[in-house]
Amino acid sequence: MSSPTSTPGRKRGRDGNPATPSSEGPTSPPSQRRRGQDSSNGDLMPMPTSPATDMLSPAAPQDTSLFSSPRPHPLSPLMYGTPSSRVEGTPRSSVRGTPARQRPDLGSVRKAPQVDLHSDADGAVASEPNAGQRLVIWGTDVNVGTCKEKFQRFLQRFIDPTATEDENAGLDLNEPLYMQKLEEISVVGDPVLNVNCLQVQSFDAELYRQLICYPQEVIPTFDMAVNELFFERFPDSILEYQIQVRPYNALKTRNMRSLNPEDIDQLITISGMVIRTSQLIPEMQEAFFQCQVCAYSTRVEVDRGRIAEPAVCRHCNNTHSLALVHNRSAFSDKQMIKIQESPEDMPAGQTPHTTIVYAHNDLVDKVQPGDRINITELLLISPRLHFTVQHPNSLSHVPAGIYRAVPMRVSPIQSNVKSVYKTHIDAIHFRKTDEKRLHGLDEDAEQKLFTEDRVQTLKELAAKPDVYERLSSALAPSIYEHEDIKKGILLQLFGGTRKDFSQTGRGNFRAEVNILLCGDPGTSKSQLLQYVFNLVPRGQYTSGKGSSAVGLTAYVMKDPETRQLVLQTGALVLSDNGICCIDEFDKMSDSTRSVLHEVMEQQTLSIAKAGIICQLNARTAVLAAANPVESQWNPKKTTIENIQLPHTLLSRFDLIFLMLDPQDEAYDRRLAHHLVSLYYQSEEQIEEEFLDMAVLRDYIAYARTYINPRLSEEASQALIEAYVDMRKIGSGRGMVSAYPRQLESLIRLAEAHAKVRFSEKVETIDVEEAKRLHREALKQSATDPRTGFVDISILTTGMSATARKRKEEVAQALKKLIQAKGKTPAMKYQQLLDDLRGQSETAITKELFDEALRSLADEDYLTVTGKTVRLLA
Amino acid sequence: VDTSDMYINGPLQVNTDHAASQSNPKSGWEAKVVEFFKDRLKEKDAHTWVPSLNDVPLHYLKPNSLVKFRCLIQDMFDPEFFMGAYETVDPSTNVLRCGRYKDVTECGVDFNSRNTVTAERQTFYCVPIPGENPWVKEISSSSRVVPSTSYAPTRQKRSYEEDDMDDMDTQPQKQREPHSGHTEQHGNGDCKRQETEAPSSQTASASHLDLNFPLPGEKGPSCLVKVYEDWDSFKLNDTLEVFGILSVSPALSALADEKDASSSILDPTESMETAEEQRVHSPPASLVPRLHMLYARPLPHNNPLLPSATLEDNSAFLSSTLSEMASVRAELLTYLTHVLLGDALAAEYLILHLISNVYARRDVLPLGKFAMNLSGCPAAALYTQRFYQIIQQLVPSSFYLGMSLQNMNQMRLVPKKDYVANRLVSGALQLARNTFLFLDETHLEQGQLDTTGVRNVTALGNLISWQKVDYDFNYHQMEFPCNINVLIASEGRSLLPSDCQIHLQSQVSPPNMEEYLSNIQLHPQTSSQLNKFRIYLSVARQLDYSISDEMTKSVEDDFVDMRKDDPQSVSAEDLHRMLVVARLLSLSLGQTSLTRDSWLRAKHIDMLRRSRMEQHQCVNGNEP
Repeated sequence: MSSPTSTPGRKRGRDGNPATPSSEGPTSPPSQRRRGQDSSNGDLMPMPTSPATDMLSPAAPQDTSLFSSPRPHPLSPLMYGTPSSRVEGTPRSSVRGTPARQRPDLGSVRKAPQVDLHSDADGAVASEPNAGQRLVIWGTDVNVGTCKEKFQRFLQRFIDPTATEDENAGLDLNEPLYMQKLEEISVVGDPVLNVNCLQVQSFDAELYRQLICYPQEVIPTFDMAVNELFFERFPDSILEYQIQVRPYNALKTRNMRSLNPEDIDQLITISGMVIRTSQLIPEMQEAFFQCQVCAYSTRVEVDRGRIAEPAVCRHCNNTHSLALVHNRSAFSDKQMIKIQESPEDMPAGQTPHTTIVYAHNDLVDKVQPGDRINITELLLISPRLHFTVQHPNSLSHVPAGIYRAVPMRVSPIQSNVKSVYKTHIDAIHFRKTDEKRLHGLDEDAEQKLFTEDRVQTLKELAAKPDVYERLSSALAPSIYEHEDIKKGILLQLFGGTRKDFSQTGRGNFRAEVNILLCGDPGTSKSQLLQYVFNLVPRGQYTSGKGSSAVGLTAYVMKDPETRQLVLQTGALVLSDNGICCIDEFDKMSDSTRSVLHEVMEQQTLSIAKAGIICQLNARTAVLAAANPVESQWNPKKTTIENIQLPHTLLSRFDLIFLMLDPQDEAYDRRLAHHLVSLYYQSEEQIEEEFLDMAVLRDYIAYARTYINPRLSEEASQALIEAYVDMRKIGSGRGMVSAYPRQLESLIRLAEAHAKVRFSEKVETIDVEEAKRLHREALKQSATDPRTGFVDISILTTGMSATARKRKEEVAQALKKLIQAKGKTPAMKYQQLLDDLRGQSETAITKELFDEALRSLADEDYLTVTGKTVRLLA
Repeated sequence: VDTSDMYINGPLQVNTDHAASQSNPKSGWEAKVVEFFKDRLKEKDAHTWVPSLNDVPLHYLKPNSLVKFRCLIQDMFDPEFFMGAYETVDPSTNVLRCGRYKDVTECGVDFNSRNTVTAERQTFYCVPIPGENPWVKEISSSSRVVPSTSYAPTRQKRSYEEDDMDDMDTQPQKQREPHSGHTEQHGNGDCKRQETEAPSSQTASASHLDLNFPLPGEKGPSCLVKVYEDWDSFKLNDTLEVFGILSVSPALSALADEKDASSSILDPTESMETAEEQRVHSPPASLVPRLHMLYARPLPHNNPLLPSATLEDNSAFLSSTLSEMASVRAELLTYLTHVLLGDALAAEYLILHLISNVYARRDVLPLGKFAMNLSGCPAAALYTQRFYQIIQQLVPSSFYLGMSLQNMNQMRLVPKKDYVANRLVSGALQLARNTFLFLDETHLEQGQLDTTGVRNVTALGNLISWQKVDYDFNYHQMEFPCNINVLIASEGRSLLPSDCQIHLQSQVSPPNMEEYLSNIQLHPQTSSQLNKFRIYLSVARQLDYSISDEMTKSVEDDFVDMRKDDPQSVSAEDLHRMLVVARLLSLSLGQTSLTRDSWLRAKHIDMLRRSRMEQHQCVNGNEP
C-alpha cells in the first residue's frame, strides 16, 4: 500500500470483481492493525466508482424514495452513506433531498468496515458459522442488524431516570428522551443527535462496549438506525442532510498522558487546552474525474487522504486519460487543533504533552486557542474523541485533498521508512468545560476529579469534630503559629456561597473573602502568600512594586501574527475564581490600587481601551500583604496611619490581620523549636504531623464545588444579633460603627466555615466563629489607641470615633467663638485660628481647624474663600 | 550484519545474544539485553570504554554503536508510537524484525502483517550540561582509558581542525562578549573538538538551526534521546549520563528533506506539523543525532574528578577525602582570601556559598539555599570578571551574567514555550543543579528597564528567594524548582534579595589595586592543588548532615537568650540564616553533625558580618 495509486494491473484486478469483498476476508486475519489497513484493499468496491456500479448498488433504486423513507441496504452501513443523490444523472441530483453527509470525523468509516455480509457463513471469519443474523462486521463482533435494533430500542424507550428539569428544558421527563430530541430535530432542522454514552451504558452495556471499541463501525450503524427511525416518524420533514449521531461522555476518559497504543481506533474522551488552531482546510471528499478523450466522468472517494486515480476510462478504455476537475469535486471543512494537557493534570517536573485533533464540518471553528479574547476562562475542551493512527508518514506522500492543480505523483517507493506513526484524534464532539455554562455540565466534570475513595476520605475527614483546626494547621506548616490568620486564610480558600440577585437588580453578591495582612517585615507574610498561591489552582502572585494597573487588569496589544488588537489579561482577571495574592500592597501606586475598588466589591473589571469596551469577570479573592508605613509597626498609631491605605479600599477587606512580633520569651522558644525542627526533621516525621497538601487541595475543591450552605433560621438570628451588637457599640457614643459591608463579611465567613464542615446549612457555631475571627482581626486592627476600644469606624471613615468627637468639639468651639465676635460678616483665617488656639486648652492643629471649618461650612454656617472666612445668612 | 549492530570494544559483544533472541520478540529479551548492558556498565571502569558524545566529534563515531552522553534534559517531546516489531513484505526474508532502538525500518515493511506490534516511546531533547567549565570537559575526555573508536586524532588532523574551528569560533565568541562580558580563554584544542558539525560542511545549516542551548555561546552536540521505558521517572532539567545506541542514519535527514521539498506543493493537511515544528522535531541527524537509550544514570554532580558511584558506595574515597578536608579547607581559605583582596571573612563565606545546596523543601520554602551578595566590589580593573574566572576553575559548571541594562532588557532568562515550533525555547535560567550563577551588578548603569527587563529581574528575584523558575507557557506559567547557587557582586547593596550580604573589606590600598589585581591572575596554582579544591567543594556539598536533640535544645536556648537581650536585633529570619551557616560550616570542615563549636563559630562569623555591615552603613550614607 505504499503507493496508493496502485499499478493499473492491480487496479483492473480490483474492478474486475467488485462485489467480492469476502474474497479478501480469509486471507486477512483479524488483527486490529490489520483491519484498518486491510479495508483499503477492498474498500473501493462498494463505492460508486462509476454510475454502473452505482446503479447496481442496492441503494440506488431507492434513490427516488429516499426523500420519504430512506431504506438503504439493510445490512450495510457502507451503502448507506453513499451520496447517491449527488451522482450525476440521477433524477434527484438537483433536489435537496436528504443526502448523507460524509463523516470525515470517523476517518475511513465508510471504507473501514469490511462487511462479510455478502458472503455466506463460511466466509465470515469472526462470526459463528451459521445464520445470517450472526454475521458481524469483519474484525469486530458487531452485528449490524442487532446493533441497529438495539440502538433504535434505546432511542424509543430510553427515559432518563436522573434527568432534571434544568438539563432538558422543555422536554417531558417521562417520555423517551431521544424521541423528543428527534422531534426537535424535525422542527429545528439541525440534523445532529447528541447521545450521552452514559445513558447508552445504563440502557445496554453491551451496546456501549461495542460503541467504545468499534466506533468506526458502530456509529454509522447508529446513524443508519436513527435515520430510519426518523423518516419513519417524520416522513415529511426535510433535512439538509441525514442525521448524524454524536456520542459524548464516553466513560473511557483519558488523560492525554495515558494514551497508549491500545487506544487506537477507540472512542475516548480527553480533556486539554487548545493551544493552536489551523486555518480552515478544505479537504477533498470526493474527486471528480473526467476523461479527456470521451468526456466521460467518474467520481472517486478519498480514502484516508488518498485518491485512487482511475487509470482506465471505463467508457472508452483509454488509459491515463482521466483528469481531475477540481471545482466539481466535493470538499468538506477540516481544521487542525492542537491541544495541550491542562496544567492540573500534569506530574511535576515534566512538560505538557500535546496532541493533534482534527475537527470536521460543523465542529470546525468551535474552539479557539487558549483564548485571548474570551479572557475570563482559559478555554478548556473535553472533546469526545476518536483516536486513529495514520500510517507512517512516508506512505502518505500523495496529497489528500489536492486543491492545487498538481497532478498526483506516485512517490518513489521507499525501502526504508521511518518507523514512527503519526497520531491524531478525530473529534466527534467538543464540549467546553467552561464554568459559565450551567446545566449541570459542571457536575460530570467534577466526577472526573474525585474518585469514590477520595470522596469517602474527604467525608470522613469532614466528620471529625476538629476538622477546622486540622485544616488550618495543615495550611503552611512551615510557618509558625498565627493560627487565626491561617484560619482566616482557610475560610478565604473556601469562600462564601455565591448568590445571584441580578433578578432584583443588585447583581451578584461577592462570595469571595478578601484579606489584608499587615505587619512587620520578616513575619513570613510573603511565605504565606506563596503558599496560598501554590495551593490554589488559579492563583496569581504579583508584587505591588512590580505591577502596574495594566498588569493587574488588562491591556490592549497588537497581536504580532494577526495584526489585530487583542486584549491581554492581567493578574486579576487570570485569577478569576481563584485567589490573587498581592505582595507589597503598600508599595503599589495609587492609580494601580484604584482599579481594585471595582474588583473587590463588584467583582468585575470594566475596560475601555483602544476601542475595546467590555466588562470582564474578576471573581477573585484578594490576599494582600502590606508593610506598615514606617516599615515597623508603630503601636501609637491607628491601622490607617500605619498602613496608609485609602479607607474605601480598606473597608473592602473582610479581615485585616496584623502580624506583629510578640516579643515574648515563651513564644521565642516555641518559634526556635519550630524552626530548628523544620531544618532537621526528616520528611516522614513531617508527613505524619500534617495533612498532605494534596488532600487539603482536594478537600477545598470538593467543598467549593459541592457545598453551598444556606443560612438556617437560628444562624440568621445570630447574625442579626451580631450585627445589632456591632452597631450598638458605636451607637453608645452616638455613631454608627458597623456598616452593611461588615454584615456581609460576617455572612461570608459563616458560610465559609459551614463549608469547612461540609454542611449545607449555616448554623450558629459558624456565626460564632465568624464573629470571633472578625473580632479577633478587628481587635488588633481597629483598636483605638486613644480609647483602647474596638472601633470599626476607623476602617470605614479613616477616623476613630474619639477623633470624630474631637472634631465636633472643635467645630462647636469655633462656632461659639465666631458667635461671640458678634456680627462681623468676614474674618481673617489666620486670626481666627490664633483666637481659637488662645481659647482652647488643648493644642489645635491647622488640620483640625480646617476640618472644623469644613464641617461648619457643611452646615451652611460659613464659607471659606481664600484667606477670608465669611458668615452666611 | 545484525539489525542492532552495536559496535563496542572488548566485553560488550552482544550481537549473538541479539540474533538468538530475535526470533521471539515477546520472550522478554529486551529486558534481558537492557539488564545485560546495565550489568556490564556497572563493572569497574566499564563506562570509560564507551566513547562519549561529549568528547568525540560525531563524525568519528560509528552509527549504531554504543555511546554515552552527559546531558541535561532540556525539553520533552510528545510520546510517539512506532513499530515495535514488523515483518517485511519480501517473503524470502520474512522474519519478524524489531523496531526498537532504531529510527528507520528495513526494506519493505509489510503493513498488513498481523504481527506488527505498535509500541510507544518518549523523546527527550537533551543538551550538554549548560555552563560546564572547560576543565571538566578536558578531564573527562582525557580520562578515557582506551579510545574505543577509530577516532585517534593525529596532530596534523587536529591543527587542521583548529584552524577551521577558530574561524567558526569567531562568530559565537563575538556574540557572547556583549552578554557575558568576560573573555573566556579556551584551553587547548581538546575542548574545541566539541563542535558537532564536521568542519566547513554544515556551517550554513547550523546557523539556521537553533540548537536551543540554555546559555548563549554554548557548543556541543544536542541529542534526541529516545526513551523506551520508565520515562515518567525523568524530569526536566535532570542531568543524566545516557548510554544508548547512536543513530545517525542519513535516511532520517533524507526523509526530512524530502518532506521539506514536497511540502511546499503539498497542501497543509498533509504535514500536520508546521515547517518550524518539523525542523525542531526532526532535525538532520548529522546535526542532532538520535540516541536510543539503553540505560541512564542520573548524575548527582558533573565533577569528573569524583568517582562516578555515589559517595556511600565508595567509602574508601570518602574517608580519605574527609580526613584531608580540614587541611584543604585551610589552603582554599588562604587562596580565596588572597583573591578577595585579603578579606578572610568574605573568603569564609564564599566557601560556605560554594558548597551550599538546596537539600529539601518544606512546602514552598527551599532549605539550604545560601544566595550571597558580595558588596563593595572594586569597580576597577574588571575585578569581578577576574574573580569569576577564578571561581570557574573551581566549580564544574558556572555562568556569568553581567547585569547590564542591555543584557537585562534583551536576554531571555526564562524558558518559554514556542507553540509554533512546539518546543520549549530555553533561557539562561534553565540550568542544571548546583550551577554557579554569578550576577555582576557592577555592570548596572542608569536607564530604564523595559517589560522584558522587569520580567527578568523578577525572575532572578524569584530564583533567589524561592529557588524556582516559572516557565512561560503562554497561557499559563509552570513552576520548575531549581537548585542554583547565586552570587551577586555589587558595589553597594544589591537590588536583588539575598540570604546574606557581606561587604568586601579590601586590605589593599587603592593605589596598589591595579597591581594587586594583575598579580592575582599570576598567582601560581598547581593543577594538583586545584584538583584538590575541586574535589573538596564537590564532596562537601554531598555530605549528609544531622543535628542531635541536644544541640537542638542548645540552639533554641541560644536563640531565646539572644532575643532577650535585644529582640529587635535577632528575628526568625536571622535564625534561619544562622542554621544554614552552621550547617555549611560543619560540612565545610567535613563534620556531618552540628557541634557546639561550629554553632558558636557560626554565630560568631555572622556577628562579625553584621557588625561590618552596620559599620559600613555608618560610613556610607548612601546605603538604603
